Amino acid sequence: MRLDPHSRKWGLVAGLIMSFMAAIGMIRSFDDRMMINPVLSLGYIALLLSPALFGYLAARGEVNILEEPERNIAEGASKGAMAGLIAGAVTVAFLLVTSPFDLSGFFPNISTAMYDVMTFHQGLGVGSLLLVAISALVGALGGALYGVGDVARNGIFRALGWVMLFALFELVVTDVIDFRPIVRFIYVQGGGLQFWSALIIGGLAWWLGVRYQGKRAEYSDAAKASEAGSRLRYSLIGVGILLLIVLPMIVGGIVNELLINVALFILMGLGLNIVVGLAGLLDLGYVAFFAVGAYGMAVLTSPLSPTLTPALNWWVALPIVMVFAAIAGVLVGTPVLRMRGDYLAIVTLGFGEIVRLLLLSDWLTPYFGGAQGITRIPGITSGPVTISGTSPELFIYMTMIFVAIAAYVSHRAQNSRVGRAWAAMREDEDVAEAIGISTVSAKLLAFVTGAIIASFAGALFSAKVGTVFTNSFDVLVSIIILVVVIVGGMGSIRGVALGALMLIGVLGGPKSQGLLTEFSEFKLLIYGAILVYMMLKRPEGLLPSVRRSRELHGAEAEQDAWLDRKGDFVDEDAEEAVT
Amino acid sequence: MSTEVAPEVAKTRRFKFNWVDSFLWFVRVVAIIAITVGIVGSFQKFAAGEGPSAVAWRDLIISSISTGSMYGLIALGYSMVYGVLGFINFAHGEVFMSGTMVGLISATLLFNNGFWESNPLISIFVVLLVAMITSTLVAIVIERVAYRPLRGAPRLIPLITSIGVSFFVQYSFAGLFGVALRNYPPAPPRLAADLTVFGTTFPISGTRALVIGVAIVSMIGLWYFVTKTKTGSAMRAVAEDKEIAGLMGIDVDKTIVTTFAVGGAMAGVAGLMWALLFRGVDFLTGFLPGIKAFTAAVLGGIGNLPGAMLGGIMLGLFEGVGPLLVLDGLGIPGVSQLKDAVAFAALVLVLIFRPTGLLGERLGSEDRV
Amino acid sequence: MKNKRSLRFLAVLGVFSLVVAACGDDGAEFEAGELGAVTVEAGEAIQIRSLNAISGEVAFLGIPNERAVRMAVDDYGQIAGHDVEVGAGLDDLCSAEGGQQAAQTIVSDDQVVGVIGTSCSGAASGAMPIIADAGLVMISASNTSPSLTSDLEGTAGENYFEGYYRTAHNDLFQGQAAANFVFNNLNLTQVGLIHDGDPYTNGLTTAFENAFTELGGEIVIHTAVTVGQTDMVPVLTEVAATAPELIFMPIFPAEATFIVQQAGDVEGLGDVAWMGADGISVENFMNLPESENMYFSGPDTRFATNTNESTDLSGEQFLADYESEFGEAPSADFWGHAYDATTMLLDAIEEVGVVDGDVLHIDRLAVREALTAISGYNGLIGEISCDEFGDCGSSVISIFQHINLADHQASKSNILYTYPES
Repeated sequence: MRLDPHSRKWGLVAGLIMSFMAAIGMIRSFDDRMMINPVLSLGYIALLLSPALFGYLAARGEVNILEEPERNIAEGASKGAMAGLIAGAVTVAFLLVTSPFDLSGFFPNISTAMYDVMTFHQGLGVGSLLLVAISALVGALGGALYGVGDVARNGIFRALGWVMLFALFELVVTDVIDFRPIVRFIYVQGGGLQFWSALIIGGLAWWLGVRYQGKRAEYSDAAKASEAGSRLRYSLIGVGILLLIVLPMIVGGIVNELLINVALFILMGLGLNIVVGLAGLLDLGYVAFFAVGAYGMAVLTSPLSPTLTPALNWWVALPIVMVFAAIAGVLVGTPVLRMRGDYLAIVTLGFGEIVRLLLLSDWLTPYFGGAQGITRIPGITSGPVTISGTSPELFIYMTMIFVAIAAYVSHRAQNSRVGRAWAAMREDEDVAEAIGISTVSAKLLAFVTGAIIASFAGALFSAKVGTVFTNSFDVLVSIIILVVVIVGGMGSIRGVALGALMLIGVLGGPKSQGLLTEFSEFKLLIYGAILVYMMLKRPEGLLPSVRRSRELHGAEAEQDAWLDRKGDFVDEDAEEAVT
Repeated sequence: MSTEVAPEVAKTRRFKFNWVDSFLWFVRVVAIIAITVGIVGSFQKFAAGEGPSAVAWRDLIISSISTGSMYGLIALGYSMVYGVLGFINFAHGEVFMSGTMVGLISATLLFNNGFWESNPLISIFVVLLVAMITSTLVAIVIERVAYRPLRGAPRLIPLITSIGVSFFVQYSFAGLFGVALRNYPPAPPRLAADLTVFGTTFPISGTRALVIGVAIVSMIGLWYFVTKTKTGSAMRAVAEDKEIAGLMGIDVDKTIVTTFAVGGAMAGVAGLMWALLFRGVDFLTGFLPGIKAFTAAVLGGIGNLPGAMLGGIMLGLFEGVGPLLVLDGLGIPGVSQLKDAVAFAALVLVLIFRPTGLLGERLGSEDRV
Repeated sequence: MKNKRSLRFLAVLGVFSLVVAACGDDGAEFEAGELGAVTVEAGEAIQIRSLNAISGEVAFLGIPNERAVRMAVDDYGQIAGHDVEVGAGLDDLCSAEGGQQAAQTIVSDDQVVGVIGTSCSGAASGAMPIIADAGLVMISASNTSPSLTSDLEGTAGENYFEGYYRTAHNDLFQGQAAANFVFNNLNLTQVGLIHDGDPYTNGLTTAFENAFTELGGEIVIHTAVTVGQTDMVPVLTEVAATAPELIFMPIFPAEATFIVQQAGDVEGLGDVAWMGADGISVENFMNLPESENMYFSGPDTRFATNTNESTDLSGEQFLADYESEFGEAPSADFWGHAYDATTMLLDAIEEVGVVDGDVLHIDRLAVREALTAISGYNGLIGEISCDEFGDCGSSVISIFQHINLADHQASKSNILYTYPES
């Protein structure tokens, strides 16, 4: 049989990815997390995802949008199997080449434990054969999947997806159900779905999916088709808001805590979105304003803050903190007004570090506590109720209020004259200036608005945690907020919310865990990979704003050329890879 | 944030301009006064016999220059890529780190053989080669995988991609090499001693002399390559205008790869300098020097190769000498803690005084404002 | 919310049972105290948690702590027929918000009785409000900040919460010990201090400064580096200008490595003595040739012959078990503290647990009282007594000189000074 070029290419890629994941210790580390007890750990899922995915791609071959793709189970399976076989062979080659040497001195993760996991605990000889065989099998399954009909494929995807969701988000499910017999029925004590419950979940997902597939499409079409003011649309929004209000009462402390972190990042994301997404000013030191908000609130409210101890109520201090933030916005904004767009990035990054280092310094310790931080920051007291980190189920509502304010401000700003001025400035500063837009005012306004929104997040943060240390404000935070905005969709409010939910909620933030605590060691690796992937395949983000996406796929001649090369199937690519 | 803001904005436009200018003048004046007072304070201390001795000041300046020349070499890579493609390659710091990290393997193996002690210069040359090759390869792979598909995209996109690449490379190395700090073997005693040439001993250690010497040689080599060779001319042409260069028969893709490769090689050289100066390496080693080097590139005038080198040395001096000279003179405690803050503050001030950097920008036709 | 609800429910239950008891029932019913109680049903396990810094740069500190917790639970065995379960190890991320988030995870399971953690003092300040509010106890093996307990003279620290205990020493002890050693034993009076902006290192240099000036010595400079800094020539020049006789830098391996390696480049530091603390008495740093002859202060780790009275395990045996289970020696010095913290908690549970058939009731307030009452407990780290602010350490600080690059154990047993002086 002639070797299919796609099988060869994708098999090679899959094999390299598998070897890489083994070498950085990902497979070994994920193996500790059982997904379906006792047959499947997260490590093996991570390992075998590559042959499955690339087997599928090999079966698909060249995408030709003009022709209806030919789908054939047997052919897909054989191409997939070939890809899987090559992938397995490459991985085994990696194992065999490295195993004679003791490399663990330089590469701590190329260890006996890794070989053990990679060879299914069967020793290098049998294990290698097993790895190739399993990889080929999984590749064949992936390839066959391409060949089956649409309904069946969607059903399989849905079933697998739900089982994975249940297995991964054990924490949420147990937190919501909180009734031991049911939890014990679904999960094994110590992690992982019960084998039978996995089957039931998968089966249910398939059955429900097939049953309601048509109806769902109907509903979503109706919702899309309905006009902006229609009853259906309003009732959908109403249901959404109601859900948001009720949700914190249903879920437990863990999820609420997580949602607060997510909400703080939505808040900061919305603020940065104004600066970067709307005004087009790349700010890599946005954390400075977060720090100003947090330390401002800490100094003003904590009875133990050094030197200055007004010990104000949170609400009284808030306007003062906003003023601080606005001043900080102007101070950072003014020097960079005339700078080239790219200089802005490094200068703002520098400002962010300057603020953090000053807060930490021995010099300003008499005001900001230096290394010892500021502690005993009271919660948010309004009348008889005090809301602090000890009551996440109440604190989430505080964050929601401020997210709503920020979303409202962003929404109004976007569609106002200021918003249009920003858009013009983002497109071309000289032209904007020429048509009578004061770019100075527009830039400063963007900085100040962004700074005030970040200071809300800071003020909430210090009231929630009760202590502030400078290690919460390093440059990583700025970058992660930027990633949230970009992945979600620059300029899009819904996008920022989705980005924060996916990244901060699931993977975890710079100093917080997400739902997948197992990933925390590789969190930033995954962040980086997502960022690159998004930029290559879907630069406008997951939920792009209409205007932004038009800009990116839009009018300018040079961009047309760029898009031509990538073709119009870009999005299809992305979607298929995501599913 | 309502609609009323914009008309008001238009009305106060002239006034705002003056306001901004006067604010910047205020910053300039305050900066000059503070720096003067600080330096005078330090001189008074020095005259009173307090603070570092003359020898200590001299050593500090030499050490700052050697650190600065390392920044300068990394900055060359930023500057060249910026000149050609017009975006900040944030992953360049990681290119530098990768060379340093892989160089460590060769150095450790040589040290374990005893070769490091017996043939220090050859060993260092081997490490240099390994570091350069690694960094060059990493730079080329990054260009191929992450940047080439983005040719012609709005410039924010490759910049953000480079941040992603930076994370990816950092944490791949964390996974591969572990997170602990690893140390290069100590410089052989012959090298670590003060430099002696023809019987005259100079007040500079052999390692530092080597670092500065390698930096100067690399700089001259690079200058020759860019200005005198055909590939160099192609690079300059592509930097000036990609389309026209393409029409003139220059292979644009190949030239861009060369740019990345040369930048990577310079980062590899910087990796060796790191090994000689600081010895300790971990996966975050590239992050701060990367940012500092970019600062240096901006400081010297981006796209300007001598500017990058000068910017690096100036930045090394600012952050090495500045805290003790200026801040200590102002009576601020714990000044070394503010080293990075001084570096960034120097960047802001230089850009306020000279918005195009010390030696001026050299940009392509598309990037010129 | 759920936790609150169940607390309220338990309180109502408590009141109800009180009423029932008052009505003249047999009186053997269990009464929950004001913090509520945990009821462990038949066949269920008693839940405790480990909350340590197990990722990132401080993992060397947290990982042996968590392992020691698990070993202690295994050694201890069942309590009243119930297993003890630690669950998945939680990570405090060495930060206040990380500690808080993990604490929230802990308290959302109302079966959890107590926590062994945190590794970092900053994390404790974020976690304790929630832990205390839920009526749990937390025993830390390696927090040393005075603000978490007291100033040792009867004033509660600013971050003290009821329910907090620790087997680690208070920084004030270590500061005093190091100052005494330098002033009395080394007869040096001019000291330079370097911290790295971390609350722990800054707390320790401050404690040293206070103790040393009290003794009559002079701190010639108290400066700082930042985490991640590599070019140490400027800071060393700054320090050298003040001509200290000894430099005390209780910082962490990375920055300390750069400092000692570059010290040779700076004029005037040739005769200076160097002293570090437990953050750098680790293998990685002690392998450096430049670290030879340095002094290290830290908890006294001569635990070999000490025996934990609850499990009859000796320090020597612990190290052997650890080695055989994990293939390496503990990477930091607080394993004994973590082991003892765990057995103390389990002892307290055993002591206050009320057995009702197959069911075990554990009153939360009683657990706290039992821990506070601990006195003369024999642990791996020596004799442990708790004070009213939760300081339970044996608080023996020893200072050794690193005399043998090849054999760190030989260096570690070359102890020059022990505090308190006996």
